Amino acid sequence: MLKSKDLLGLRNVSAGEIGEILDTAELMKVVITSNNKKTPHLQGRSVVTVFYENSTRTRLSFELACKYMSGTASNISAPSSSVTKGETLIDTARTLDVMGTDVMILRHPMSGAPHLMARNVRASVINAGDGTNEHPTQALLDMYTMRSRLGGLKGLRVAIVGDVTHSRVARSNIYGLTTMGASVVVAGPPTLLPVEVESIGCEATSKVDDAVRGADVVMGLRIQLERQKKGLFPSVREYHKYFGLTEERLTLARPGALIMHPGPLNRGVEISTAVANSPASTIDEQVTNGVAVRMALLFLLTRQKNQMEAAS
Amino acid sequence: MTKHLIKNGRVLTPEGTQSCDVRIEDGKIVELAPGLSPEGARVLDAAGCWVLPGLVDIHCHLREPGFEHKEDIASGTAAAARGGFTSICCMANTNPVNDNAVVTEFIRKKALQAGPIRVYPIAAVTKGLKGEELTEVGDLLDAGAVALSDDGKSVKNAHRMRLALSYAKRFGMTIISHPEDEDLVNGGVMNEGHWSTALGMPGTTRVAEESIIARDCMLAELEDTKIHIAHVSTAGGAEIIRWAKKRGGKVTCETAPHYLYATDAWVEGYDACTKVNPPLRTEDDRRALIEALKDGTIDCIATDHAPHHEDEKNVEYALAAPGISGFETALSICWTSLVVPGHLRPEALFNLLTAAPAKILGLDAGSLELGKSADVTVFDPEASWTVNPGEFVSRGKNTPFAGKTLTGLVSHTFAQGILAYGNSHAD
Repeated sequence: MLKSKDLLGLRNVSAGEIGEILDTAELMKVVITSNNKKTPHLQGRSVVTVFYENSTRTRLSFELACKYMSGTASNISAPSSSVTKGETLIDTARTLDVMGTDVMILRHPMSGAPHLMARNVRASVINAGDGTNEHPTQALLDMYTMRSRLGGLKGLRVAIVGDVTHSRVARSNIYGLTTMGASVVVAGPPTLLPVEVESIGCEATSKVDDAVRGADVVMGLRIQLERQKKGLFPSVREYHKYFGLTEERLTLARPGALIMHPGPLNRGVEISTAVANSPASTIDEQVTNGVAVRMALLFLLTRQKNQMEAAS
Repeated sequence: MTKHLIKNGRVLTPEGTQSCDVRIEDGKIVELAPGLSPEGARVLDAAGCWVLPGLVDIHCHLREPGFEHKEDIASGTAAAARGGFTSICCMANTNPVNDNAVVTEFIRKKALQAGPIRVYPIAAVTKGLKGEELTEVGDLLDAGAVALSDDGKSVKNAHRMRLALSYAKRFGMTIISHPEDEDLVNGGVMNEGHWSTALGMPGTTRVAEESIIARDCMLAELEDTKIHIAHVSTAGGAEIIRWAKKRGGKVTCETAPHYLYATDAWVEGYDACTKVNPPLRTEDDRRALIEALKDGTIDCIATDHAPHHEDEKNVEYALAAPGISGFETALSICWTSLVVPGHLRPEALFNLLTAAPAKILGLDAGSLELGKSADVTVFDPEASWTVNPGEFVSRGKNTPFAGKTLTGLVSHTFAQGILAYGNSHAD
């Protein structure tokens, strides 16, 4: 049973709750891989994706997850420039709320926006990425992938490599993995590592080789190429040379280590094509698992509501 | 004019604390002695309370002209009175900016209409707060401005700041530095550290503040003139000022009540009422500021009262306006965080909110003496109360202290002999 009506991040989510989501996702994955992708779990329920940033895979993943379970999926998208003008986030959220929305899925360029939304609506809110804070469903699908490939999470050593400062994927994985008993090391240029990052429970290094050495999982993070113009690294060429995931560098990892990436990829920048396409790469599998994890989450949040409504 | 007699309080006078009564007539303090009889005055029994000089705030925002939806001079002075302040200095970032004598005179006129709280305008250092052309310092002084500040931002160009210090010295005007390097802020919305990393928020390094404190202290030393540093919030900032003072610099500085009580851990939950500039810092900073108050490095406490409309706070953290509505909690926060735990004696705290700030800007205020204007604040040190922004008389309800229980409460404020706040007492 999830403790909150919302999933805003993994920072305060317990191992028991994460375990329940991952266990439920295993059942859901059976549905996705069958020829009859239809269950009644979300029948009569309304889900709206609210995206203030562009996204292909995350939004579609949520939409399919809803539809596979017979829920009503709708979406509204607004260019992020409209965040600063026109209707406020709270007004938009309340409008959706009074239309009978059961679950709102928010992607927003500013950290904490889902928290603001959740405080102001009756519906459940799922954070689909807020600013540079968290992207909890990505971390859940990453953990699901690691667990199904490697048999468990406890004791794993996971290296997260790239632009950690701006990565909501990194934060959610640090929180989720450390809660589940894995150890995390983050690596990247010093200009892209958050200050005092060790204080949130991981190791940190600017030498990618040191992070990759002996790792069970090596996760690359997308680097936004615009960051070079802002002075955060000198060139794409040098970035790939010192901080990219290359075949040579990956030989330092534990044999059989997984290569992960949340996508979309900058091939030849944070990850070489050879690495991304290697048998160790779980990039496609992560996408499949994303649908299963999101089905599980939608089911658990609405079931919890059903129970609360029945009790009251 | 109504005569008042405040009886049985502990009265803070320049000669020390006295158990005596205070008689107020014709707007002045006319008698300080024990056992006074009413003689037609309304009597306020202040037994168990401190009777203080009206508090002095040398850093607030009254928002008028231009931002009356946040606050105006009438509501702001009423909030000041509720917080025990009788003399306040308002910053220049209004619309239009207070960068010329006409706006300065407008503010003073509105303040006179509003009531007996004294409002001293602080004018801009540069026209339009743009950091480029100097304002007409002499004209502004003549119009009633008491200091110069581009508060809200630093004068970005160090050479321009040097010129401003040099020119203002000719008129005896103090420049108040808002120390913040906007390049280093780089979009930060909270203190950079554990909590900004944990919450995934853009952080502002402490060096954004400290580097400008160092720059402006050195520029003032170069021009052999005084400078006042606004809202010091970091341990390093206090350390730099300690160093500058040791070198003989004519530096004074303030901190604000919220930096003595709250920390960046309060940002968890993303409540935009915790957003303030400079940002709430760490527990180590908070402790260092208290030490700096104890050793005299920090000269006074100023509220940086910064009221905003709820629409400007009930938005995404990054979009929210920075600032805390501070008048009505200031003394209680200071009492709770400084006196109750034993860091400062009561008299030392009161000095930081009365005579000390008055001295920095040369205001005739902050001292409870015979013959002086009857600016008197009655403070009950035992009262325990819970902050409810709904009860603020300020239009700005923006406070991170909502729901906090504080010790000590202003019960009455007299300004120029008039009861400006408090329940009317018996004849």
